[in-house]
Amino acid sequence: MKKQVQITVNGVSYRGEVEPRQMLVQFLRENLELTGTHVGCDTSSCGACTVVLNGRTVKACTVLTVQADLGEVMTVEGLASNGELHPIQEGFREQHGLQCGFCTPGMMMSAWQLLQDNKNPSEGEIRHALEGNFCRCTGYHNIVKSVQYAATKM
Amino acid sequence: MGNLIGKSVKRVEDKKFITGNGEYTDDIKLSRMTYASIIRSPHAHAKIRSVDVSKAKDAPGVVGAFVGKDLADQGIVGVPTGWQVNFKNGDQMKEPPHPILATDKARHVGDAVAVVIAETAAQAKDAAELVEVDYEVLDAVVTASKAMEAGAPQLFEDVPNNVIFDWELGDKDSTDQALANAAHVTKLNIVNQRLIPNAIEPRSAIGDYDPSRDQYTLYSSTQNPHLIRLLMCAFVLGLPEHKVRVVARDVGGGFGSKIFHYIEETLVTWCSKQLCRPVKWTAERSESFISDAHGRDHETVAEMGFDSNQNIVGLRVKTIANLGAYLSTFAPAVPTYLYGTLLQGLYTTPAVHVDVTAVATNTVPVDAYRGAGRPEATYLLERLLDTAATELGTDPAELRLKNFIPPFDGVDQPGYQTQVALQYDSGNYEAVLKKALEISNYEQLRKEQEEARKEGRYLGIGFSTYIEACGIAPSAVVGALGARAGLYESAAVRVQPTGKVSVYVGSHSHGQGHDTTFAQLVADYFGIAMDDVEINHGDTESVAFGMGTYGSRSLAVGGSAIVKSMEKIKEKGAKIAAHLLEASENDLEFAEGKWTVKGTDKSVGFGDVSLTAYVPHNYPENLEPGLDFTSFYDPANFTFPFGAHIAVVEVDAETGKVEVKKYFGCDDVGNVINPMIVEGQLHGGIVQGIGQAILEGAAYDAEGQLDNPSYMDYAMPRADDVPDFELERTVTPCPHNPMGAKGAGEAGTIGAAPAIVNAVVDALQPFGVKDLDMPLSPQKVWRAIQQSS
Repeated sequence: MKKQVQITVNGVSYRGEVEPRQMLVQFLRENLELTGTHVGCDTSSCGACTVVLNGRTVKACTVLTVQADLGEVMTVEGLASNGELHPIQEGFREQHGLQCGFCTPGMMMSAWQLLQDNKNPSEGEIRHALEGNFCRCTGYHNIVKSVQYAATKM
Repeated sequence: MGNLIGKSVKRVEDKKFITGNGEYTDDIKLSRMTYASIIRSPHAHAKIRSVDVSKAKDAPGVVGAFVGKDLADQGIVGVPTGWQVNFKNGDQMKEPPHPILATDKARHVGDAVAVVIAETAAQAKDAAELVEVDYEVLDAVVTASKAMEAGAPQLFEDVPNNVIFDWELGDKDSTDQALANAAHVTKLNIVNQRLIPNAIEPRSAIGDYDPSRDQYTLYSSTQNPHLIRLLMCAFVLGLPEHKVRVVARDVGGGFGSKIFHYIEETLVTWCSKQLCRPVKWTAERSESFISDAHGRDHETVAEMGFDSNQNIVGLRVKTIANLGAYLSTFAPAVPTYLYGTLLQGLYTTPAVHVDVTAVATNTVPVDAYRGAGRPEATYLLERLLDTAATELGTDPAELRLKNFIPPFDGVDQPGYQTQVALQYDSGNYEAVLKKALEISNYEQLRKEQEEARKEGRYLGIGFSTYIEACGIAPSAVVGALGARAGLYESAAVRVQPTGKVSVYVGSHSHGQGHDTTFAQLVADYFGIAMDDVEINHGDTESVAFGMGTYGSRSLAVGGSAIVKSMEKIKEKGAKIAAHLLEASENDLEFAEGKWTVKGTDKSVGFGDVSLTAYVPHNYPENLEPGLDFTSFYDPANFTFPFGAHIAVVEVDAETGKVEVKKYFGCDDVGNVINPMIVEGQLHGGIVQGIGQAILEGAAYDAEGQLDNPSYMDYAMPRADDVPDFELERTVTPCPHNPMGAKGAGEAGTIGAAPAIVNAVVDALQPFGVKDLDMPLSPQKVWRAIQQSS
């Protein structure tokens, strides 16, 4: 039996009917066609699906869509505003913090959370905060630099 | 000409990825698309008595369900391997069929036996639960050396003792003699453990048969669209190649695991034809673990002999390579021509012999994974060197410097002919090691180690000096070695009438930044803006042909194909420019985007020439209009990057935990177009090497179950497992390609694992630990400490 939900994503309100078992990441990708949020695993271990739900990052592969009912979601598509890149996006480009780009949206959302909580994180704090996000390409070196760059710009 | 070569230009592809506009295969949604769920064997080895899909067919939303017999009835045998290695006695290797869906037997956990297709992914998955497979479970064998033993379970009727082939390279007699006469022999038994590549984007494929045009499109997360099309058309489905298009848009990492033609690609293509609807399959991660090709998995005995002056006199290597249940696309080449041929290393070893037996087991097929054969070769060489240094009481850096091949540039001095078939192009090995010693402040590190030991802390310093064969590869050479395809590359450079340039190249980018590096190359050559260059790849409809991306070949081979086409454009452009300037071609020079009559200010720009080529009103006689060339570049030799890595680790003796404290490297990848991108490749490579050294490893139990088939269980490096890296480069250009570039994609992985293990063993010297097999988990290290003390 389908359930009615109303979810605001990147400032736009969506109403729809979803299966109760549907995960938020599927709602974003399939129903809204916001494919910037990725699925890299099925155990909430890789972090590719990280989005912001009601102000805190969550792994959208382990949140049911119905749990996000009446909530506010921010995805990678909502990071830039008025055509201006967010400092985190800028940091990843300036410091070569991405290669294949698949983990990048989730990685940037985790960085967003860190910089909300800690304006001036140390290298160790950045590495710790990104522990829930796998990157297989960059070796993390330049991701750390990207977050440091963003911190100076925010 | 331009000034873009050697500049760390920011990547042009980044914008789409950081804004969420990348287009990976699973992001593609086609009209009337259906979703496939694959039923896979839960047993490592089992007879399939029956497969019943009737209940699944009746489930909600299901549009089709197929079993192996449905494909077999249409004469579809399975996917082939792309490389043939003969037995020592000249017999052809065993090549048992690899069916799309298993019919008689399942041979590994994850072997596909049926497929269900439905309107939604959830419906397909629900219906897959209703498929009934009657298995008769058989004994399984997962370790290659055990699979060769008498009485071991047999995977195939006609592959006795599960041996696919045996193979050797080098001079056995002289090697045996050298070791018999050696003053000292260092011997190691090495397990180079099985790894799971784990690109973060799971594999995905969409088959889309268009009945109106009788054409097929396959969207796939592949490194290699043209080769997939060729294999699928010519060897699997028997489709006409001109009716099939393969598209690989953005691909989320590959590391080798997306080179190969997988059964799922054929399956969705075939199913789409049966249903006349698009069919999408995307792996769940737990499915990736048991269906993506794995890497490494060697059992080796390696012996290195030294004379009384500590010169290496011989190397003898005996390896058993596990190929898994079926032969994947490149599998036979990995433990042979990408492994045995690298055993010269950087050393003047006068006698080398390697003996390899390749064996089938009830495990996921093994194929190329970042480095492919070269990490296995480097690992044993570098472990032998550090172990020998300890046994001989000498410094590991000194022992290497003593045995290095002297510098040669491949121009004035000839290439270096190894004992194992290859001829190195150019090298200066001393230089990279000396630079690495310098940046690591080596002497100071040894002092710190000594001080730490006094405080009961266990620091270790490990070396690795590596060489790899990249720029794969001269077609005639690989043909003689058993490849069933050439390994050239193609590139079309199309100058548009307004002087904008479209490039169509067979190299595929899945993180390497080709859109930037190739655009730099082209913009620099023509003296135009990078914005005026568009790099196209990953679509067989627009790119003439391509052999794809692997073996660190994109720049050395694909880039060279681009240069060839640009040379032709420059040559034709000069004819047009000469006509416009009413001058002789010989009096012209091309620089900064214009042709100028030497010694004058008379010139004509690139854009004027291109416009004239397409609006040829005032035009040279007997010259065709247009400015568009396609070239194929077949390299003259492999390229041979090299480097020296030094790792510093600290081992917590209480817990056995290894911490990588510092990491230094000096790599030489020849000339570099974009240092930022090269450094990024090295970082990522090093971390995959660290992953193998201390964290990763596929854990099969005796029944053939993979005990760590998820990210909850399979440990991969996370951000806080690794340090920052301190890297330098030296530059020894490749003498045989136009850019002098060698390749950087695999170097880090090859260099890192032995450096880390050598460092850990060095740290554990006070406990008398001489050798440990990867991964160096806390438990393994702790046990070694306990057993020794």
